[in-house]
Amino acid sequence: MKKESRRSFVRKTAAITSGVLATNVTFQSFANVNENKKLKLAVVGCGGRGSGAVVQALNADDNVELISMADAFRDRIDSSLKGIQDHFGDSKKIKVKEKNIFIGFDSYKKAIDLCDVVILTTPPGFRPLHFEYAVNNGKHVFMEKPVATDATGVRRVLESAKKAKENRLNVVVGLQRHYQNKYLNLYDKVSSDQIGKIVSGQVYWNDGGVWVNTRKPEQTELEYQMRNWYYFTWICGDHILEQHIHNIDVANWFIGEYPSHAQGMGGREVRNGMEHGQIFDHHFVEFHYPGGAVVSSQCRHQKGTESRVDEVFQGSKGSVVLGKGEIYNLENELTYKYPKSWSDDPNPYQVEHDKFFRSIRNGEVISDTENAAKSTLSAIMGRMATYTGKKITWDQIMNSKENLVPDNLTWNSNAPTLPDSAGYYDIPVPGKTKFI
Amino acid sequence: MIFFSFIIIPFVLFVNTDKSNYSEKIPNSNFSIDMIYIPGGEFKMGNKKKNSDTEVSSFWMSKYEITWEIYNLFMEYEENNKLEFIVGNKKIKVDGISKPTTPYTDMTFGMGYEGFPAVNMTHNAASKFCKWLSLETGNYYRLPTEAEWEYASISEINEKNIDDYAWHKNNSGGKYQKVGQKEPNKWGVYDILGNVSEWVADSYEENIFKSRKLRSDPFIYNKNKYPKVYRGGSWNDDPDKLLSKKRFYSNSRLQERDPQIPKSKWWNTDAPHIGFRIVRVENTDSKSLRDMFWNN
Repeated sequence: MKKESRRSFVRKTAAITSGVLATNVTFQSFANVNENKKLKLAVVGCGGRGSGAVVQALNADDNVELISMADAFRDRIDSSLKGIQDHFGDSKKIKVKEKNIFIGFDSYKKAIDLCDVVILTTPPGFRPLHFEYAVNNGKHVFMEKPVATDATGVRRVLESAKKAKENRLNVVVGLQRHYQNKYLNLYDKVSSDQIGKIVSGQVYWNDGGVWVNTRKPEQTELEYQMRNWYYFTWICGDHILEQHIHNIDVANWFIGEYPSHAQGMGGREVRNGMEHGQIFDHHFVEFHYPGGAVVSSQCRHQKGTESRVDEVFQGSKGSVVLGKGEIYNLENELTYKYPKSWSDDPNPYQVEHDKFFRSIRNGEVISDTENAAKSTLSAIMGRMATYTGKKITWDQIMNSKENLVPDNLTWNSNAPTLPDSAGYYDIPVPGKTKFI
Repeated sequence: MIFFSFIIIPFVLFVNTDKSNYSEKIPNSNFSIDMIYIPGGEFKMGNKKKNSDTEVSSFWMSKYEITWEIYNLFMEYEENNKLEFIVGNKKIKVDGISKPTTPYTDMTFGMGYEGFPAVNMTHNAASKFCKWLSLETGNYYRLPTEAEWEYASISEINEKNIDDYAWHKNNSGGKYQKVGQKEPNKWGVYDILGNVSEWVADSYEENIFKSRKLRSDPFIYNKNKYPKVYRGGSWNDDPDKLLSKKRFYSNSRLQERDPQIPKSKWWNTDAPHIGFRIVRVENTDSKSLRDMFWNN
């Protein structure tokens, strides 16, 4: 990759010239300071994934310390900290003082203020707000996908992305297939024309779905939605976005474009209780690309059905099946198989943090944001196609006025969506739901 | 680290049982598990260098590795208040039971569902499956001990005829295969070597063969999550690893790609080569022993 080669170039140059030129001594000592500086880490959003990302960050660099944690809920912070401590034993890298634990909707600000590097792993609805604040305050960011739940949020993230780049901030987004050797290897094969021009594809995230957190009597409506966030569009974005973004993103990456329009269908067939909030349990979308490729995207959360999480593309000379790591010619004969098994490849969740911290240390810049924001928008385009039952273009979705997440939520705010008297929520109806 | 292990002589309580093969129908489903009767006996457990005389009591072992459809019954069962069952005239009480969380991704890894062996469950989850199945059926099931597994796996399979009996790296096409397609071993058990490796109940202890005395129904237990023993080799192993005597054991790498902390109690993310099969013993084991098997 470009960044790798540039770094090694910088290193070689420094090594050769440092003994010769006095100016390089200055450069070297600066570099050493940079290398030795303690990096203070904060995490905003202390669920299982946030805790996992903290562990990977602490593993990625010798001189990083977790110093602050923020979440809407105290119990999430306590269980997260315990999980991290249990994982490491008595690591000196965990230095979270009680005064640096922050709770509530605005807790992110205080945690971000204290750190050099922040992990943003709340549910995705809050990401634009948190990312903007982190960038405005000059922090390096690791954030989970997706990066917003509506187009308004995506535009906000894209604006902040420009500023992050200008200020040389590193931003890594947890679309970890970009950090997975098998995908990188097959991407190289496809870019070196082994299957020709991609004309079509199929991408899948079909499985049994995820957890449900049932309502507790003492919860306000807003707290309930925050706890059971997967099922509320404003905070989750629906599973076509929250999970299936991985596969749609791979289509964008391998085709090298973002879709020009989408049309599709979806609904909720079996996951339709009041505890399932608003989201669909299946979507099937055709993504059309400017260069002519058409990708069928399917995602399903229905128990007992066929599972598949995969991406497949057909080109003018052959096809690639990413799950199996196989390339076929037009006669459907196997011409290449990625040689390593799952157990031989490094863990991509760790690799993304290794590269993130190495880049910070070397004064380089990784900017994953723009692609992540546009893949987020692609999935939102798919969602709006299934919600409305209409064709949605890239220009339409890029300019969509939909704004699902209020900016200044407090525990006294009304929840952004409210149930009817029987406890059920508004569910999109194709043909009736309007595109905003 | 607390490391506590011991070898147990099971508490024997005979129940009237028919010493023959049978099929265990799982209530409220269309599925059943075929069980093969294996008369107990003495054998040399271990390899040529390290071994010990061992005896195991008679038991039944599932003819096939547990498949996804059957494992799914456990994943999907309606939780109820049933906390006891009766074996013979003995009432067995159970201290509550929980079912696996829904995995966040496709745990078949695209290798197939119907008729294929379930994989990627943790050792704890496989143990809990047995507890659930016992409650559902009223017969006492558990994972085989390492000794029972090895006793049941010893057979005429060798490097020349292994393709007739087992799926391994060179004939599996890089994935697990439907259970029961190869020849069974001398007991009538299928795929005990190859296809997927199989969890056994024991914790791994390197030197189990120190004693010169006859070991009777040995079982090594400690509370630690790792290392637990799995046996048999898999679709991802070279054929020379598919041996009755070969011991594999778990470590944290089986959950390396679980992006969450704490790691799942129920799912491994890096174990598409490990499944399990079950046994039933004539006695029901003592309560303390049952707890070790089921809450392992």
